[in-house]
Amino acid sequence: MTRRAYDDGRTAAYNYAYLDEQTKRMIRRALLKAVAVPGYQVPFGSREMPLARGWGTGGIQITAAIIGPADTLKVIDQGADDTTNAVSIRRFFERTAAARTTEATAAATIIQTRHRIPEQPLAAGQILVYQVPLPEPLRRLEPREAETRKMHAWAEYGLMHVRLYENIARFGEVTTTYDYPVAVNGRYVMAPSPIPKFDNPKMDMCPALQLFGAGREKRIYAVPPHTRVVSLDFEDHPFRIQSWTEPCGLCGATDTYLDEVVTDDRGGRMFVCSDSHHCETRRAEGHHGPMLAAAASIHLVEKEDAA
Amino acid sequence: MTLAVNPAQLGADPAPILSAGDVSRFYGERIGCAGVSFDLWPGEVLGIVGESGSGKSTLLRCLAGIDRPDQGEVRFAGRAGGMLDIFSVSEQERRAMMRTEWGIVHQNPRDGLRMHVSAGGNVGERLMDRGDRHYGRIRAAAADWLARVEIDPGRIDDRPVQFSGGMQQRLQIARVLVSGPRLVFMDEPTGGLDVSVQARLLDLVRVLVRDLGLAAIIVTHDLAVARLLTDRLMVMKAGRVVEQGLTDQVLDDPQHPYTQLLTSAILSA
Repeated sequence: MTRRAYDDGRTAAYNYAYLDEQTKRMIRRALLKAVAVPGYQVPFGSREMPLARGWGTGGIQITAAIIGPADTLKVIDQGADDTTNAVSIRRFFERTAAARTTEATAAATIIQTRHRIPEQPLAAGQILVYQVPLPEPLRRLEPREAETRKMHAWAEYGLMHVRLYENIARFGEVTTTYDYPVAVNGRYVMAPSPIPKFDNPKMDMCPALQLFGAGREKRIYAVPPHTRVVSLDFEDHPFRIQSWTEPCGLCGATDTYLDEVVTDDRGGRMFVCSDSHHCETRRAEGHHGPMLAAAASIHLVEKEDAA
Repeated sequence: MTLAVNPAQLGADPAPILSAGDVSRFYGERIGCAGVSFDLWPGEVLGIVGESGSGKSTLLRCLAGIDRPDQGEVRFAGRAGGMLDIFSVSEQERRAMMRTEWGIVHQNPRDGLRMHVSAGGNVGERLMDRGDRHYGRIRAAAADWLARVEIDPGRIDDRPVQFSGGMQQRLQIARVLVSGPRLVFMDEPTGGLDVSVQARLLDLVRVLVRDLGLAAIIVTHDLAVARLLTDRLMVMKAGRVVEQGLTDQVLDDPQHPYTQLLTSAILSA
């Protein structure tokens, strides 16, 4: 990557990918440490970004530190490529790094995500960058930072199971459905960011590199490729992912994470894939869900999709 | 003063479980506690009495591994045999010992309980710390211990904030004893409880300590509690031990002027 300011005639005021080279170096050093100690939260000097904290400043800083001219970027928010935050972040990198962008999971070298892992399995060479609001999985149980650091240092993770115990005692099952705690490489307990627990199994032995950035909390952590990621559970209450009784209304998929969409003001609703690209790909391949025509009539999808 | 009966001569195990040597802790210029030395044998209940500010709690915190003494050493009988200086091992080992080898019943239940975790979760925490990962067994153990401290097992899913003061104190005891410690520290276990609840709690502690063969160190300013529960008594004043001996001897035949003052201050003996 060049040290010279990026210049396409419009954004010469900024360095390539917005951050200055020294900041990128600092972030890359934190990333290297994070990869070397899977699941360990590495503090880093989080910078102000032209984006409010809580909107993905951690993820955007990691992406800025690793993106190069040869990369292709995909940004998703709640699984969708076309939501405000995803569109804004994608455009940010188009402007500041002249990044090639895509909505196709397979075509991307860097995927910045909030709240989902794409349905299509990731491949070696790809990097998944998570935006993390609360990196400390023990925080809600133990408010003292000095104490949580000791608990991580000495793997004193009994308290995490107290939280799961409370769920089962009160509701008969573990009701944590997102940000479900995982043990990485048999050592550190890690918050997987607010992805649904449906996505937890995808992190295990994933061939792609997974990087986590928490901008407000100033922490970076990582899961290297092919690393064991185990969701915490009890022997007699094993970890289970969500399931639905009906397929995706648009593409008919039965193995994806579904969002509930309200379609009118008379109680009408449908379940659709939260991964918009995956759903579109399946429709293009000729898969049809039971609600596709109805969805086209209220302009939820294009008419030609329904044809 | 000589002890008429040394517990070491009674039991099969002649080695002390805890040995304090010249334990001192200072708060700047002021003395917290100074020059405290004693041995505690398995199954023995030691009382520490003294007025408010006499260094009882400071001493307890040093013995329990919470605060490091400025002088002296606290040695604990390791499972492998031999005495281990608890402040010479790493903090990690010391914390592990604090979770498994001994337990602390705090004066204020809020210091010892997680107030927004259910009673079952509070009792089960030490088991989960230890690595138990079977929900059914953890819950069964918690229900069993709640019954043993006379809390209705039907309240296993209630939170401590919904419990009375006496129940909170008993829950604390269950939480400590579930992991089978060999030594229990109690800091004013009956503080703030009314007399009838005190009596039940004392009865419970006495039964548990005798049944489980636990060693215990009980800090109290209440001589009636000391007489009921303890085998041996240490009287503290201004951070120093002024008299120690068998409880009955100390209370019935006090030698030190301060102890004489203390015993004569009891309203009804």
